[in-house]
Amino acid sequence: MSLKINIRHQAGTLDLQAQFKVEQPGITALFGPSGSGKTTLINAIAGLIKPDSGTLTINDSTVFDSATKTHMSPRKRRVGYVFQDARLFPHLTVRKNLFFAHRRATNRLPENQVDAIIAMLGIGDLLSRRPAKLSGGERQRVSLGRALLGNPDILLLDEPLSALDQARKEEILPYLEALRDQRRLPILYVSHSIDEVARLADHIVVMDKGRVRASGSVFDILARTDLAPLTGQFDAGAVIPATVTGHDPKGGISYLGCAGHQLIVPLLPSANTTTTHASTIPQQTRLHIRARDVMIATSIPDGISANNILPATIAALTPVGTGNIEAALHLGHAAKGRILTTPVIQARITNWSALRLSLEVGQQVYAVIKSVTVDGKLRDTDA
Amino acid sequence: MTLSPAEIDALLLSLKIAAVAVAGALPFAILAASALTFGRFPGRFLLDAIVHLPLILPPVVMGYLLLISFGTRAPIGAWLLHTFDIRLVFSWGGAALAAGIVSFPFQVRAIRIALENMDPGLHQAAETLGAGPFDRFINITLPLALPGIIAGAITAFSASLGEFGAIITFVSNIPGETRTLPLAIYTAIQTPGGELAAARLAALSIGLALFGLVISEMAMRGIRQKLTGQVRP
Repeated sequence: MSLKINIRHQAGTLDLQAQFKVEQPGITALFGPSGSGKTTLINAIAGLIKPDSGTLTINDSTVFDSATKTHMSPRKRRVGYVFQDARLFPHLTVRKNLFFAHRRATNRLPENQVDAIIAMLGIGDLLSRRPAKLSGGERQRVSLGRALLGNPDILLLDEPLSALDQARKEEILPYLEALRDQRRLPILYVSHSIDEVARLADHIVVMDKGRVRASGSVFDILARTDLAPLTGQFDAGAVIPATVTGHDPKGGISYLGCAGHQLIVPLLPSANTTTTHASTIPQQTRLHIRARDVMIATSIPDGISANNILPATIAALTPVGTGNIEAALHLGHAAKGRILTTPVIQARITNWSALRLSLEVGQQVYAVIKSVTVDGKLRDTDA
Repeated sequence: MTLSPAEIDALLLSLKIAAVAVAGALPFAILAASALTFGRFPGRFLLDAIVHLPLILPPVVMGYLLLISFGTRAPIGAWLLHTFDIRLVFSWGGAALAAGIVSFPFQVRAIRIALENMDPGLHQAAETLGAGPFDRFINITLPLALPGIIAGAITAFSASLGEFGAIITFVSNIPGETRTLPLAIYTAIQTPGGELAAARLAALSIGLALFGLVISEMAMRGIRQKLTGQVRP
């Protein structure tokens, strides 16, 4: 499974020059502001537009090469495309929409997998309806199913949630997470919402004004403060991998492990299912810790409601905005002169606090974490 | 109000001629509308002009042009007669040809509007889902253009029922063969004491036109409801 992109394309004011590779299953987010060329890029991958020059390779098959004048038609590229506006065929029932690509595929998905996808997306009850009778969320689920049933080599999602309100987004996100975790399919996910990206993506390609500004794992990219102007200032913070290690339903809490440290969060909804399937513990998850939810203490604070106080070492202190400092903190205390490779979280503090505590790079401190986002839901950890 | 056998003949003949005219012209109308909407070729403007010609030419001129092309001694007419033993002049088939050509622009215009209003995004979606050009035309374009096709067909059917000049010029006014409702009304008016018959036939024409209008409105409403899920007042 691989996707290699190296194209140039001029369209209106956009000058797209993109070069990157996707070599792993999972979700790669194409992230950037409107007009940065994200949709143009996936339209080129799908074959809906022909780039001015360059090459495009999907799974060792060159679908576009300006040097040899290769431009494979979209229907032969084995690409599943979920459009922002779903684009279901209004004159066909949900069933006929779903099976549109399946009936035309050269290597059809086996029946049991078809049933599994319909079950996973929860659209089995909608089959005889017409698109006009579906809600926005249902439409996107059907659109996703239609693309998957074509048995594609790669799935392209163009802001599939942007036309939906928050409640409808929450309705779809679990399906996308299930898709990421259950099917070994590379997914290119176009988004301008950092929250969606932080929750779903394994890798991020940051785009701006037609260029790729950075690409790498979601944890590395979101930890980079130099990309903050692109990834967003306000909710900036760190996304770090973690493991669900246990639940205490009586105490109403769940335990998470992260780089050898333990975090306590309110009981996760997955607790109910994991008690019956003990094998799913430990379970991989990811935490989004916002910089404004992290405080810094020079010694372990006493008599404080916060449950999560982790030892940390200051990696960098960067002034942001007026009167604020963003501190990058490696989890754990490093011996003097040793470089830590543990995950980095961010803390936003005022200049005055930094001055008062005379913070400096390399100093051993304690990070007091007020709340973390697990499974896309913000959870206060001191309540 | 009872109709005489000759009047019933005229009514049935009119319906037959209009139906054959519309059905025969439909495939060409779809082709022409598609070419005018999606085609990028030299001579597109010329095609557009030819398609609209029957709309702006006097029907008598259309009938005359048909006569000099399809008459038994005219180039196409002679060839048809010798090769297939088909004679269009003075026959109901010729009347259908005249009606089909005169009402052709109505069909093309309605289908073209439907095609132009179609969401090109659906075509892109169908393409990524593995449908080739012909596949997309049959399974996406035509079903979605159906409201336009029906609207065009009904308008053209009404226009065919009412066609007078081209028919009388090309195939004359032969009872039971080419005497359609408008020609029968004309004949009745020309005949002394035929006022009552003319009034009866005129009333019949008006009823037929209203009936067509209602049928078309009902068909459109049904399709629109199917596509959008909304019932419009």
